[in-house]
Amino acid sequence: MSGKENKGGMKQLSPIDVYTLLPKTNCKECGEDNCMAFATKVVNREVNIDMCPPLLTKANEKNYKKLKEMLKPAVKEVTVGVGERAVKIGGKLVMYRHEFTYNNPTAIAIDVTDEMSDNEVLARVKYTQDFTYTYIGYNLQLQMIAVRSTSNDAEKFKATVKKVAENTILPIVLCSFDPAIIESGLMAIPKANPLIYAANKDNWKEMAELALMYKCPLAVSAPNDISLLKSMVKTLNQYGIENLVLDPGTFTRTGLVDTINNFTMIRRAACNLGDELLGFPTIGTPIAAWAETNNSETVNAWTEAHVASMLVTRFVDVLIMHGTEGWALLPLTVLRQNIYTDPRKPVAVKAGLRTFGTPDENSPVFMTSNFALTYYTVAQDIESSGIASYLIVVDSEGTAIDSGVAGRKLTAETVADAIKESGLEDKVKHRKLIIPGKASRISGEIEELSNWEVLVGPRDSSGIPKFVQDKWK
Amino acid sequence: MPERAEKNSDLKLPPEILDLLAGNDELELEDVEMIVEELQFIYQPGVMPALQRMVAARAKPTSLLDAPFALPVQKYPSQIVEVTLGATKSQGGSRGTTVTIGGEKSPAFYTFENPTINSPVVSLDVFDSKVPIPKAVKTNFNDAIEDPVSWAKYAVDKFGAQMITLHLVSIDPLNPKPSTPAEAAKTVEDVLQAVDVPLVVGGCGDPQKDLAVFEKVTAAAEGERLLISTVTLDMDIEKSAKLIKQYGHVALAFSPMDLNQARELNRRLLEFLPKEQIIMDTTTAALGYGLDYAYTIMERARLAGLMGDPELQQPMSSGTTNAWAAREAWQTMDPQWGDKGLRGPLWETVTGLTLLLAGVDLFMMLHPAAVKTLRNTVKRLTEKPGSVDLSQLANWVSTKF
Repeated sequence: MSGKENKGGMKQLSPIDVYTLLPKTNCKECGEDNCMAFATKVVNREVNIDMCPPLLTKANEKNYKKLKEMLKPAVKEVTVGVGERAVKIGGKLVMYRHEFTYNNPTAIAIDVTDEMSDNEVLARVKYTQDFTYTYIGYNLQLQMIAVRSTSNDAEKFKATVKKVAENTILPIVLCSFDPAIIESGLMAIPKANPLIYAANKDNWKEMAELALMYKCPLAVSAPNDISLLKSMVKTLNQYGIENLVLDPGTFTRTGLVDTINNFTMIRRAACNLGDELLGFPTIGTPIAAWAETNNSETVNAWTEAHVASMLVTRFVDVLIMHGTEGWALLPLTVLRQNIYTDPRKPVAVKAGLRTFGTPDENSPVFMTSNFALTYYTVAQDIESSGIASYLIVVDSEGTAIDSGVAGRKLTAETVADAIKESGLEDKVKHRKLIIPGKASRISGEIEELSNWEVLVGPRDSSGIPKFVQDKWK
Repeated sequence: MPERAEKNSDLKLPPEILDLLAGNDELELEDVEMIVEELQFIYQPGVMPALQRMVAARAKPTSLLDAPFALPVQKYPSQIVEVTLGATKSQGGSRGTTVTIGGEKSPAFYTFENPTINSPVVSLDVFDSKVPIPKAVKTNFNDAIEDPVSWAKYAVDKFGAQMITLHLVSIDPLNPKPSTPAEAAKTVEDVLQAVDVPLVVGGCGDPQKDLAVFEKVTAAAEGERLLISTVTLDMDIEKSAKLIKQYGHVALAFSPMDLNQARELNRRLLEFLPKEQIIMDTTTAALGYGLDYAYTIMERARLAGLMGDPELQQPMSSGTTNAWAAREAWQTMDPQWGDKGLRGPLWETVTGLTLLLAGVDLFMMLHPAAVKTLRNTVKRLTEKPGSVDLSQLANWVSTKF
């Protein structure tokens, strides 16, 4: 928060810092007008320094390395899997989302075990790979399959891993504390870059050898013991393993206080105190809810989902889950999308005309702003009212009605222009516009500029059905 | 370490090895020094790759290296204001219990830094007239929701509500027959009679009508330390604040997801009210419908308050019930998305928990399962850190379930 020691953070890095290390030839090969423009985009993380061809030449190698170091995120970015659905985790620049957009949304893995029937394994794999929900233009998905060894039989594990890999392109997490089991899993998918879960204080040497041999990322487990976690990271780094994922343990009931503390402390140490040993992605395992008690499936799925949601808020980069209920995964994936949107840009929808039902020349005409939240709320209220109508979405630069009016982003001019551009003067016989109650202040001006009669509608769009019933003739 | 490596620079070690040496620990350096001595004998051009491998192989640690971890605690110059709601007989009211929120010295549940001073509290919603209520909620209250008195009693008796929020929606001038300020005040008195927990009294959102109603309500419930919900920038702030002060209540300062407006409103209220009589609400948007804004505004408000901004040091309240504005919370969807009887309350739960982690101190909520989960979570998060028994740790990795 102080920002001073904010290593890899945005605050102390200026375009000049980057510019001085660039070739300064203004060659435009990167597509920018000059090196300064490129530097600005680099600082804003809009382009990668690899986009500068001269920088990649031998002569500039030193500066390239310096820049890489300077721009290194506080949390290392680690890739799991290969191909189209390989997942990048971590890569975080900051602790709080208002400081800068979070990279790499939390990857969610669903588990299968080596004792499930073939049908069950394949059904869970298919469910995970196909999971999708379209939400304001985004496809919400699940990312990985976690294969657990419950049989403790290396051959069984190998067969299950093989089967999973044959049926999905999703990255795989191999779960066992027994290095022999993990090795058999790795032998089944030697080139798939799975995440090994996990090295602990007893098996770390064997796990380290496997991670080196198969060149894959390794999770490090030290339940509720960040000192041990750090010590293992340091040791494994020394061992030559660079791609680590930190697991401080997930306690879904008693111990939840420690879990929340641990994830918070790890991220603060990495982002604000420059602790490089804790500068790795984290993994949360709300799946533990299923192992802790003998509750009903519904209770376990409920616990797993709401603890998972708290971990998404508290910086987690990977989640391993067991429940596949839509009622549990939908709120979780929507939350993840919310937390990982760019907080600096208001989410705006496209301005322009929308229609509801089959409006005719006498149908009401509403107006609202293009702030996504406002738009979706209004659209939903009109839609559920079943009123065939038009809605003019005015470009308010993504501000809500009241702040748009106050900040002169939503003005009579913009409204009058939007009416003209909508082409509605050819579509409806009347000249009556229903504006939001919160825009009443500009109603007179709109009338003057547009020659439309303005009806001041309800302050909240939930009042639209009643308003139309009473006031629209 | 680099100095020691450099002493041997006449060996002209390749940079990779120097890096390796530089990164090593005291402990490991013993091994390395041995290697360096060997190098003096065997170094000759051409054998470097083999040597490099050797050094790398020898450098593999054989036991865990030490890496001390200091708790990453930070100091904050300020503290969140403590506010008490409800007043007992000896305090001039008639409540059986009171509720105190705020007082925090760290961001929400950074208990490695400071313990939670006052646990966040949940207030259950009660409406004074028929409003559209999701079926998932209705089924939990049976006929009790037919009138506000029985609803409030049910919420306290059956669900152990620590507080009740009485929403006076019947006063809305848009209603065919809006109830009068006197009628609304009577409802408040009836609910105060029926339950003895602290009360939040909510208006309809019309600044003129709300003020007219608050005028009657604050007087009728003098000394009860009600939370008056809400006071906004478009109201007569001076008049509202003076009523709240005169009759001993607390103001809920509501601003539309804008920190500057939140500051301005607090600043103006502070002209007339002591800080112990103000709680702020920076707007709660539903999960999927702007929760990200609500979350970040609250998180920023809390951090700014702790860092010394005197206009953002009031405890925070959230109208978490707004979660139900999300269609995914109440709609029947494709069977893939499961039972809405669970999806809805989980929607409210996730909305609430996200804001709990942003620093909200008071939650106004609707569904009993969401309320229960939030309260249980608060309980878990205020337990003493480090009390988990690792030997009892369930092994999810190899357990069948």
